[in-house]
Amino acid sequence: MASATSGGNPDGIKPGVAHSQLLCTTTEAALKNPELAAVASSDTKRMNLYQAVNEALATALSTDETAVVFGEDVAFGGVFRCTMGLAQQFGKSRVFNTPLCEQGIAGFGIGMAAEGHTAIAEIQFADYIFPAFDQLVNEAAKYRYRSGGQFDCGGLTVRTPCSAVGHGGHYHSQTPEAYFAHTPGLKVVMPRSPIQAKGLLLASIRDRNPVIFLEPKVLYRAAVEQVPVDDYELPLEKAEILKEGKDVTLVGWGSQIYALENAIQIAEKRMPGISCELIDLRSILPWDVDTVAASVHKTGRLVVAHEAPQTGGFAAEIISKVTERCFLRMESPPQRVCGWDTPFPLVFERFYMPTMIRCYEGIRRAMEY
Amino acid sequence: MLRATRWASVLRQPIRPRLGRFHPGARSLTGGSRIDQKQAAAEATPASAPSSEEKARRRVHFPGARNSYFTDQMDFISGLDEAIPTYQVMDNEGKVADPSQDPNLSQETAVKIYRNMVTLNLMDVIMYEAQRQGRISFYMTTYGEESTVGSAEALDPQDVIFGQYREAGVLLHRGYTLRDFMAQCYSNRHDSGKGRQMPVHYGSRELNFHTISSPLATQIPQAAGAAYALKRAGRPHCVMCYFGDGAASEGDFHAALNFAATLKCPVIFFCRNNGFAISTPVEEQYKGDGIGYGVHSIRVDGNDVWAVYNATKQARELATQQHVPVLIEAMTYRVGHHSTSDDSSAYRSKKEVEDWKHKDNPITRLRKYLEARDWWNEQQEADLRTEMRKQLLAAFAAAEKEKKPALSELFTDVYDKSPQHLQEQERELHELIKRYPEYYPVDDLADK
Repeated sequence: MASATSGGNPDGIKPGVAHSQLLCTTTEAALKNPELAAVASSDTKRMNLYQAVNEALATALSTDETAVVFGEDVAFGGVFRCTMGLAQQFGKSRVFNTPLCEQGIAGFGIGMAAEGHTAIAEIQFADYIFPAFDQLVNEAAKYRYRSGGQFDCGGLTVRTPCSAVGHGGHYHSQTPEAYFAHTPGLKVVMPRSPIQAKGLLLASIRDRNPVIFLEPKVLYRAAVEQVPVDDYELPLEKAEILKEGKDVTLVGWGSQIYALENAIQIAEKRMPGISCELIDLRSILPWDVDTVAASVHKTGRLVVAHEAPQTGGFAAEIISKVTERCFLRMESPPQRVCGWDTPFPLVFERFYMPTMIRCYEGIRRAMEY
Repeated sequence: MLRATRWASVLRQPIRPRLGRFHPGARSLTGGSRIDQKQAAAEATPASAPSSEEKARRRVHFPGARNSYFTDQMDFISGLDEAIPTYQVMDNEGKVADPSQDPNLSQETAVKIYRNMVTLNLMDVIMYEAQRQGRISFYMTTYGEESTVGSAEALDPQDVIFGQYREAGVLLHRGYTLRDFMAQCYSNRHDSGKGRQMPVHYGSRELNFHTISSPLATQIPQAAGAAYALKRAGRPHCVMCYFGDGAASEGDFHAALNFAATLKCPVIFFCRNNGFAISTPVEEQYKGDGIGYGVHSIRVDGNDVWAVYNATKQARELATQQHVPVLIEAMTYRVGHHSTSDDSSAYRSKKEVEDWKHKDNPITRLRKYLEARDWWNEQQEADLRTEMRKQLLAAFAAAEKEKKPALSELFTDVYDKSPQHLQEQERELHELIKRYPEYYPVDDLADK
């Protein structure tokens, strides 16, 4: 985590995912989640996020004969190890490398899905999804609508590693959810942890709409949980309240959740008596307006944080919608804590990021207005 | 094209510069002086062509070109030296030069193809005029490219089709009805696309014809993916993918051919090389010899329905039996304007177009073939045209009278199920209509 930077930390917070209280490190904690009621008697296994993705892919391949996994370098296991062992287990015709061409990967996946198969495509970094933008926005998203429902490519899921990683510079750090959030017909999903990754990915693969599944790559190894080994799905279009509170609502997704968790620790230390409500949005499109609005209706204050640049970022959509819904309940202007409106910089990463201290500053402004 | 083979042939054979045929897509073939030099060099040093033993001995070890061999001759390869020939079965007079190439289809089938080509032509005339009169918003004719009907005849009905937008003949031949065409162009309540797309963006689940979209070439890699799915499902079918010479310049064309070849997809890429992409002539579209990409390829006379049929049939065999992609380049000429939004006399002469219409036309050619066999005559021609015109006008009038799809169809099919925010937006629109009925007339919409 870029928030886990060296230097001053006078509040004594142990920052980052490594010290997170949000991860379920015991079987009991994992299975306590009411969303996992269906697998409450499952065994669990200690996994990091890439292993959870791998398990979801293996489950999808073994439960759906039409499912295939493809992309650049997936056959040997993938550059992030997400597809390890799948080619050996399921055969080269189901887990295979493609030529190095993102528009081809997306178009090929759309074609397979349009013939009723389940196509799980990988784009090696979210930064390289833009060559496929035309196929995803003009084709995948509109396939059902434009044919009057005669054809669809609902079996398509595009997985891609996203977000900051500490040293990714311009093209190994981007979080492009807002570009896709402007596209009716697509679903956009981002998990925060291994349990979430497995359940949300399986739901995305089985959902009958094209889904862009963004995987925060900084969590691939860093986030570890006890993950149920049974087959389970977590709901799309549904946010999750991770911590209840009464004074301010914090909304984030992906690895940003951990910066917000740390910001809450600072806030509750520096401003004794306040309590923050933390919401993981999980699905960016369509997003769970009801859960967020109900929270702000209760707290009267809103802070939204994301790594992507501020202008045109998805925080703008959330704040606009919540303001429409909760105008009379708002006690301070909504705050957004985002990446600056610059390309993602290499050496300045810690100054660019919406770190825990910037998120805390957002909370302070919301509280002290 | 298969560069190594062509290069070898350049070395072995004396080369005569050939004048380009009349098809505009393949007319600038050889520059004389360079060829003469190469010819002289080839003749002067016949030993420069290495023996097969020598090739084997000097094979390169680089993984990127395992079949290459080292040479001490420094020669740049242009790919322009020898043009790909254009396969033809019958000439402008409908005469078949080599009887072994005559597909010998039954009278019934040949006449059916002919009738559909003429019907397509008549429909184009009527719909083009309808657009000029403002009765539909847009149209694109198929004038001069009617022989795509021949490719449809060579396919199995279960073969899956992806098109660009000038393949109405394929749909017609598969059974898309006049009412279907008109419903789509009029966006009426019978349009299977629910009135959402511009005219000529046809599609039919029943006929295995994926719905047309405007972004060019996007369907080409999709066709490769669909073909991979057919292969995985063990279906003995292939995918047919049509596109124009302009679309072949898009990155998606590159993606598709490379994917289809490396992943062994049973797909036929059918390029309609008609000489123009809107106003851009092929000279500004590509510098090579037409469209090609290192897959099984053939160039055919696109005005010769039998050449198109034969090549497609053989391509289908290759695709379904060997699981390899095949590329067909059908040379033709876009006789009509690009679309109703285009006046092509702004960039090419009317005389050129007229010459094409009269000198070489796929419909007349097939008619002559049929007449030579006594399968068709003046009377049948007159009857067909009268009858089809009547049917077309009836379908046209009926389509015009139909209501548009129900308003609810604005919001359905964005997702499999309507998400909450879309339901809210739909309610908002209904409230607006209630408040401002004079600004939102709904009388011409179907109730549901």
